Amino acid sequence: MSSSQHVVIIGNGVAGITAARHIRRISDKKITVISAESDYFFSRTALMYVYMGHMKWEHLKPYEDWFWEENSIELKKVYVEKIETSSKMLFLKGEETLNYDQLILATGSVPQFLGLEGEDLKGVQGLVSKQDLELLEENTRNCRGAVIVGGGLIGVELAEMLHTRKIPVSMLIREKAFWQNALPLKDAEFVSRHIQSHGIVLKHETELKKINGSNGRVNSVETSSGEKIECDVLGISVGVKPNIRFLEGSGIETDRGILVDPYLKTNIPDVYAIGDCAQHREPVTGRKAIEAVWYTARMMGETVAQTICGNPFKYKPGHWFNSAKFFDIEYQTYGLVSANPGKSEDHFHWENKKGDKALTIAFDRESFKFLGINSFGIRMCHEVFDKWLTEERDLEFVLKHLGKANFDPEFSDRHEKEIFSSFKKNVFQT
Amino acid sequence: MSTAHNNMSLTGEPPAKLSTTQKVATGIGWTGLFILVLALFNLQLPSIFLWSAIILITVGVILFANDLYLGRSQGIKNDGIWFRSMTARGILAWGTGIILTLFYIVLYWFPQYLGYNPDGPNNGLVALFDPLSRFISGQPASQWFVYGTLYTLAILAFGYKFLLKYRHNKYEVLRTYSVMFFQLGFAFLIPEILMRLNQPYFNPVNLWPLNYDLFAGYKLSEFFSAGNIGLLMLFFGIASIFVITPILTYFYGKRWYCSWVCGCGGLAETAGDPYRHLSDKSRAAWKFERYIIHTVLVLVVVMTIAVVYSFLNENPDQFWLDKNVFLLGSAAFLVLLFGLIFIFKRHRLARDAKKGAVISLGIVLAIIAAFYFSGMTYGYLLRQWYGFLIGAAFSGVIGVGFYPIFGNRVWCRFGCPMAAVLGMQQRLFSKFRITTNGGQCISCGNCSTYCEMGIDVRAYAQKGENIVRSSCVGCGICSAVCPRGVLKLENGPLDGRINSDAVLLGNDVDLLDLIRQQKVATRDSHSSPFRKKE
Repeated sequence: MSSSQHVVIIGNGVAGITAARHIRRISDKKITVISAESDYFFSRTALMYVYMGHMKWEHLKPYEDWFWEENSIELKKVYVEKIETSSKMLFLKGEETLNYDQLILATGSVPQFLGLEGEDLKGVQGLVSKQDLELLEENTRNCRGAVIVGGGLIGVELAEMLHTRKIPVSMLIREKAFWQNALPLKDAEFVSRHIQSHGIVLKHETELKKINGSNGRVNSVETSSGEKIECDVLGISVGVKPNIRFLEGSGIETDRGILVDPYLKTNIPDVYAIGDCAQHREPVTGRKAIEAVWYTARMMGETVAQTICGNPFKYKPGHWFNSAKFFDIEYQTYGLVSANPGKSEDHFHWENKKGDKALTIAFDRESFKFLGINSFGIRMCHEVFDKWLTEERDLEFVLKHLGKANFDPEFSDRHEKEIFSSFKKNVFQT
Repeated sequence: MSTAHNNMSLTGEPPAKLSTTQKVATGIGWTGLFILVLALFNLQLPSIFLWSAIILITVGVILFANDLYLGRSQGIKNDGIWFRSMTARGILAWGTGIILTLFYIVLYWFPQYLGYNPDGPNNGLVALFDPLSRFISGQPASQWFVYGTLYTLAILAFGYKFLLKYRHNKYEVLRTYSVMFFQLGFAFLIPEILMRLNQPYFNPVNLWPLNYDLFAGYKLSEFFSAGNIGLLMLFFGIASIFVITPILTYFYGKRWYCSWVCGCGGLAETAGDPYRHLSDKSRAAWKFERYIIHTVLVLVVVMTIAVVYSFLNENPDQFWLDKNVFLLGSAAFLVLLFGLIFIFKRHRLARDAKKGAVISLGIVLAIIAAFYFSGMTYGYLLRQWYGFLIGAAFSGVIGVGFYPIFGNRVWCRFGCPMAAVLGMQQRLFSKFRITTNGGQCISCGNCSTYCEMGIDVRAYAQKGENIVRSSCVGCGICSAVCPRGVLKLENGPLDGRINSDAVLLGNDVDLLDLIRQQKVATRDSHSSPFRKKE
């Protein structure tokens, strides 16, 4: 391979940076990472901790600043205005241009808004970028109350953040319970109860109807149930969408995201897209076309690095897994647990008496094959579940060996016996 | 880096504020401390004042902790840590640091200001502690008794606070009960009671080389003149470092000592807990740490050999051990130890570690040779200087005085020779490791931020590698603060314990195999895994 090749990566999030690191490991290509958001790679999932005072901004950087120069990865903080694929050139803000041999688009997401009047008022915002965090700091100064629209991962983060500043929070949730479009109802209700126990007001099956403001700032909202709630901050967390507006007119084919084939290639030669901004033309079975998740962004970065360095690999992620934390309760999932199981999928659900630990195990109604697990408040070992999914174990095997998958700290209370007897009572007797 | 983040730490938003109860509690605690300060003015306070002071301080801490943690949900409680003056190097932190530092300076070098009088009745603060000292050991207090009492009080009171803070985590709870028990029983009461029984002052869990005086001449004389009990103590002291320590460290890692037993660790984990995030995580700090802690180890070995030699030199006919046999035996032991490490663990030592080890051994052997041929060791002088520089200035003044500025484990990380010995064992011969959970790490940085030893835990977790670091004291906080359940402290098989070829789970298995091969092929054991290309 030629040493003069120049790989340009737009976006310094986990997708882009993972690609850069892996390309550097196996090649001597020139690598430039461009971002308008921050000087250095930071952990987006940890933005909340800066606001809550757990960490400072510098702690969010997974690599020390010397890392980039030492590994010959050039970082550029600038906004890319236009891409001209015919001449392989980027037009940067301020007249500058940059040529590339291979281009990786890893531009991530922007908050999805609802399209309601008043969303441009001061105090109305999402939470995705560093700039959003800075805006939140400004918006919550002397804030008497906040409303969050949308019961999802960013919504609960926002609620936890504002809660640490003693700001009263109401959350409007379209579904019957928190994040019910991703969690089975029992799990969703379990999480809802926990969030409420922290003093957050959850308004289930409620949508935002109207945003009122005065002097350019939001002061109240009206909900679908006809209620009016006073607020100085309105957090919009109904989801994110690919950050692709700057691609208009570039000839790179987009739909909701940048369309890519299994090799993460766009319709234009030498242009790739990875992470939140990519939309798979042929998603892997059981997976979504756009997955705005840290882990999948990282895996796309790993994959595209090989392809670019001459070892073409299709993006074929392994068994699904994810994690989150809802206030004090950690959540991990391995395999697929449907929010609304169809005919063939059944669920076994267990909760402890105290209401801070829960499990839902999905299995095939006919064959009892283990399909996936949601775990709340109990840490589970990724490797063990990955293996069991590959080995297509059945429900009883998983429950019998659940102790082997436990990843809780030493001396933690164990619940395997209780879970197993609950399973025998509930699943076999019904 | 950016102006915005500066603003954030200055906003003084609600999480930085104290509640009314917390303010009252702080007032009660400070009143207790004020009584102790008052005693400095030699007011001949009756003993009720000592009890009041101790009770007020305890009640203050308990009320504060109750208000902070009880009645609130169990979980990680780090809100506002980086906003508070006391925990984010603000004016309160600097003030506390300066007062603590001054206290240590007075304690070590000007105990008379505290009222200590070796030639007659004490006065001032030390006199206030006389009744308590007489009650326990039958003797008047010394500045060290005052210090020991306050130290124990701090571990117990702030231990209670820590227990509430981490009441959802049984590992943390048990560990804290353990350090509270060892401090109160072994470090504080047993030695004092031994004095009452006219036995040598001996704390069974203060091990050499942390306890650098264990083999000092005066201590050896004490042991030998105390008959069988003294010999038993000396035997236990030797067995502790050469037999008990390696066995326990093999099974559990150095945590069995550093965060379950040790008094320095005990104070760091309790009173020092609010400062754990202040440790420096940079690569530069790690390099500095490795130089300085091993230098202290070399110093303590040389100093100890010198004092034992001097002792044997002065009492030539009392013992079966000849001073020259002792020197040669020490040299032979060190050579054997290094030889075995090099034969069996060569592949685990990075190039700079090998170089450092050879240089250290060379220096120690050269000094032993100098002792041997000159017959002079200046043992007492060496001990005096070690005591001044390391024992007092480093472990006390810098180690504890600077808690609010550099974090709570400065001594343990940069200075403690015991930690250095245990660390080598932990890295080379131990079942202990912190495992990472497949591909679940989100690089958030909570683990690294709250590592009191300044280990960049995230650097390993985000590569899927186990954390096997000599400095890790196994406090378990990285695992506790991890929001995604990624880290777990474990004792397990030696095989695969250090897995620097690990990759993050989750992607296509064939791709991961290839990445693993690439990682192994490009990994340079003594530098960054990514080579700099010119």
